[in-house]
Amino acid sequence: MEAVIFYALAVFTLVSATLVVTLHRPIHNVLFMVLTMIGLAGLFVLLRAEFIAMVQLVVYAGAIMVLFLFVIMLLNLDEPIVEREDAQSRRSWFGVAIAVYLFFLLAAVMLYVYPAPYENVSYPGLTNTQIIAKELFTTYLLPFEVASILLLAAIVGAVVLAKKVTRRVGPGADGPAL
Amino acid sequence: MITLQHYLVLSTALFCLGVIGVMFRRNLIIILISLELMLNSVNLAFVAFSRFIGNIEGQIFVLFIMVVAAAEVSVGLAIAVAVFKRQGTINVNDVNIMKW
Repeated sequence: MEAVIFYALAVFTLVSATLVVTLHRPIHNVLFMVLTMIGLAGLFVLLRAEFIAMVQLVVYAGAIMVLFLFVIMLLNLDEPIVEREDAQSRRSWFGVAIAVYLFFLLAAVMLYVYPAPYENVSYPGLTNTQIIAKELFTTYLLPFEVASILLLAAIVGAVVLAKKVTRRVGPGADGPAL
Repeated sequence: MITLQHYLVLSTALFCLGVIGVMFRRNLIIILISLELMLNSVNLAFVAFSRFIGNIEGQIFVLFIMVVAAAEVSVGLAIAVAVFKRQGTINVNDVNIMKW
């Protein structure tokens, strides 16, 4: 039963991810990315990581992807960029070949990964979320606070970058800018 | 029987799809989405290890990766908005002011 669910979710995730990479309208890419996130959340549930699965749904599929949608709609970007046939695209195909090679290399390594035995800290009677909270607010308290500072810096940086009014120069309006 | 290797190979496949997206597509938004795909595949590997080793720390690290991804995406999209306001396009081939 577990195997059936795993393969169903894996095929769903892989097909959605392939469509994310190959479709040409940005809106479709983002919507299929949401499907990929949902498939990954299902895999996390299968791995007994319920809290991570819910965070995946709320933060990734709910917040980050909506941010993408907002930017696409705000800037009216939903028109496919024509991929020109030139030296640049030949270099792109070279990159794709490298990525496929990387897949076979990594998969060959991953097939022989066996986790080392580790002395387990058992938490009797605690749920997944309770264990994460316990660890996060004791052992990982300092990284947790640093993460909040990082998020604050990201908020300030995003606001400053996006509100700055710059002179608009179209592509090739006055020749290639230096 | 689903083993750790199944999850790791799936994670590798997702990661390489993300690499293909970054290499092949020229739209800045889609490149950012492909980066998200790569980060998510790493999350899957972390959670799979966490499950099969029986150690919760993998899931803690997934939370931190999500924080970093959120920060990266917000700043990246702000840069995309700024580039679009200035250049009128987000095709990364046309954004070459800083290219020598």
